[in-house]
Amino acid sequence: MLDDPRLWQIVALSLGVSLSAVAIATLIGMPLGAAIAVGRFPGRQALIVVLNALMGLPPVVVGLFIYLLLSRAGPLGPLGLLFTPPAMVIAQTVLVLPIIAALTRQSVEDAWREYEEQLRSLGVHGWRGALTVLWDIRFSLLTAVLAGLGRASAEVGAVMIVGGNIDGVTRVMTTTIALETSKGDLPLALGLGMVLMVIVLALNAGAYLIKEAAQRRYG
Amino acid sequence: MILPLRLEGVTYRDIIRPLSLELTAGPSTIILGANGAGKSVLMRLMHGLLQPSAGSVSWSSAGRQAMVFQRPVMLRRSALANVAYALEVSGTAQAEKIAMEALHEVGLAHLARRPARVLSGGEQQRLALARAWALHPEVLFLDEPTANLDPGATREIETLIKAFDAAGTKIVMSTHSLGQARRLGDEVIFLHQGRVAERAPIERFFPQPASPEAATFVKGELPWA
Repeated sequence: MLDDPRLWQIVALSLGVSLSAVAIATLIGMPLGAAIAVGRFPGRQALIVVLNALMGLPPVVVGLFIYLLLSRAGPLGPLGLLFTPPAMVIAQTVLVLPIIAALTRQSVEDAWREYEEQLRSLGVHGWRGALTVLWDIRFSLLTAVLAGLGRASAEVGAVMIVGGNIDGVTRVMTTTIALETSKGDLPLALGLGMVLMVIVLALNAGAYLIKEAAQRRYG
Repeated sequence: MILPLRLEGVTYRDIIRPLSLELTAGPSTIILGANGAGKSVLMRLMHGLLQPSAGSVSWSSAGRQAMVFQRPVMLRRSALANVAYALEVSGTAQAEKIAMEALHEVGLAHLARRPARVLSGGEQQRLALARAWALHPEVLFLDEPTANLDPGATREIETLIKAFDAAGTKIVMSTHSLGQARRLGDEVIFLHQGRVAERAPIERFFPQPASPEAATFVKGELPWA
């Protein structure tokens, strides 16, 4: 089964979609989380509550929402993205963004308590303060990225709805597992399940080692 | 010249009672008092980290001031980069070069490339002094800078503070150590429960404190000073 080229195509697409989504969500979510952590503006507390709540967003709801946006009659219909890998990236980005932003917000806010007086004394304000703290705790923020990646690689609802689970085009590990299980091909489903878990385990182990090494190096 | 600094009718919650004083260039000022007397809050009000609940804090002109805290906060980068960061924020050109000079000044040049957070407590506080010093402040606030340090590190920090004083920087330092006040100060502002109980030149304050609060404090502290 492991020499089946279809299997590796599915694995590659899964990783491609989820890693792209996590990368985009990180680029947007981390500055956003840091800005909310450091900024003082009306509605901040409500925004934090909403952001935390969005961490529990059900993937099928996100899938439905993106489906409506991308469907032929939807506002982004003319782009023709529905049932393509980019649509899956968009859906997973929406799913993962609140997780990365909310966890970043919490970490930066905790660090800010320690740094604030010193940075203000040096005349650091606003964006510069947020980015300084963000950079300083970058290794702890790996945890936020991992949480996002875990969410993206494990979810099935959103990619199923916006990708359509089309063989050779938008079929990923989780949708294949769901499909093969319902068709009764349990060995393939089980094999994919194990590949998925090994990949997630390897990514987490790598991130953990980086974090530990950074802690020893920079204190 | 940034000094004199004038505080008029300054209060902060119930920590600082209406308080007026003027700090002039020249003598190093020691803010002395027991824990909870309001020393740290008063320094933060002067430095601008806290806004007074009432009253005004005014400098005679804009100018550079810096503060060294009881617990130094270092970024996760090299000792040199920590000093250079402060210089870059202040818009100084040739930040690295000036930062290196500042490290020489405090005897940390050999540790320039070492991550700041793995330095010892005493080294980190010296680094904090280098970071403040590199900015060439006209006024340097020090909030109990040796409270967490052993006697050896304390001596090193005191030597540096004396050097900055000799170079013309106005020193404003809080402490609860009478010995340190005597070693570094020219005048004492004695705080008691958020009020200035007494202000006197150092050579008059210690032999004969005028206020009963200061007298008690001096007497009580002497055996451990």
